[in-house]
Amino acid sequence: MSEISYRKIFTEGVWQQNTGLVVLLGLCPLLAVTGTVVNAIGLGLATTLTLVFSNLAVSLSRGLLRPEIRIPAYVLIIASVVTVIQLLMQAWFHDLYRVLGIFIPLIVTNCAIIGRAEAFASRHAPLPAAVDGLATGLGFCIALIALGALREVLGHGTLFSQARLMFGDLGQALQLTLIPEYRGFLLAILPPGAFIGLGLLVAGRKWLDARRPRTRRLAAATEDRHEAAA
Amino acid sequence: MTDRRDGIWRSALLLAVVAVLGTALLSGVHELTAERIAAQERRAVLEQLAQVLPAERYDNELLSDRIVVRDEGFFPGGQAVIVYRARRDGEPVALILRHRAVNGYNGDIDLLTGVAADGRITGVRVTRHNETPGLGDGIEVEKSDWIHGFDGRSLQDPPADGWRVRRDGGVFDQFTGATITPRAVVGAVHAALQYVAQNRATLFSLPAGTGEERTAQ
Repeated sequence: MSEISYRKIFTEGVWQQNTGLVVLLGLCPLLAVTGTVVNAIGLGLATTLTLVFSNLAVSLSRGLLRPEIRIPAYVLIIASVVTVIQLLMQAWFHDLYRVLGIFIPLIVTNCAIIGRAEAFASRHAPLPAAVDGLATGLGFCIALIALGALREVLGHGTLFSQARLMFGDLGQALQLTLIPEYRGFLLAILPPGAFIGLGLLVAGRKWLDARRPRTRRLAAATEDRHEAAA
Repeated sequence: MTDRRDGIWRSALLLAVVAVLGTALLSGVHELTAERIAAQERRAVLEQLAQVLPAERYDNELLSDRIVVRDEGFFPGGQAVIVYRARRDGEPVALILRHRAVNGYNGDIDLLTGVAADGRITGVRVTRHNETPGLGDGIEVEKSDWIHGFDGRSLQDPPADGWRVRRDGGVFDQFTGATITPRAVVGAVHAALQYVAQNRATLFSLPAGTGEERTAQ
């Protein structure tokens, strides 16, 4: 607690302990909404916001809450934060909300959020806790977007389709058709494609790690720790 | 012993405080956003309706001039069909039905069908479905032009035995690898047309809001 390195928080959250690709938490939304990049960004940002604010609230209350009631208190905090985000999205990003539909309330069930509350936020000051939420959220975002991009390109031959839902008219220009007259690749769009794509991403991340000798030991160490915890 | 009991009460009190704070936050945000969310929902529904009936063709308040009907013979599966009545200067222009095709390949297909006063279809849109991506999802207007095949059709054009997909001897295309989905949509739209033909006058004259009130989604 005394030596907090924001750099370390970031590399842990985004890479070493990436929620989607290493810890493999929150797979339900990860696999379900990654049909397109825009859906992935939408859910990723909502999850990141939730993580930042729930971590912040948990950290602020860490001196007040007793161990025996901390879990129900975290659940209350996370559920409130998610509902607030849901209401705000409904008011300002209504079309995107209609697409992401049930997955926004389901953020509550993303164990990564209560995991960070318990493992980090409850033991650290508000600022590092918020940074940790941001880093973990960004890591989750990256996993979502990578998988969304993979599946959208393979499955539809497009990128950023329906970007209008999120960015308005600006997003219209973002929409790319990479392969015109593409017939689509069904496997990539359907759930099996999500699992296969996730597997490829997990393997790809490991491969990248293995290519860097110095980080290899570090990654192995964190993975051991993670396995011991699980 | 007393310490322990105190501890429990303290914990319970703390948890209650958390709950109250959370509820206060939520009701505050709800107050702030409720109006905007309602407006957004109205806008979304109007945009949807405008796809099957251009907004310039009517001048009444479409969202409040609506009724809910049930008719198992035309709309099976216990559907509560919302009927919007479009009028211009008080004269009937068209009816828009929010109904479902219940025999899709994978669950129900939600439809929006506009029928002009002369019995011609002004447009059909699929608002929700779970059909197979890449095969059955050609019914979406974003994916293919298929749904435009209904524009301008009526009970006489084609006659009853033409209201089928080609494979069953009708005039509507099916998709490669997916016949069940378009068959379900064609059947449901045909049923809606027949229902409107039999009940048009009643549908237009019933007072708005008859039947159960439901928020349109």
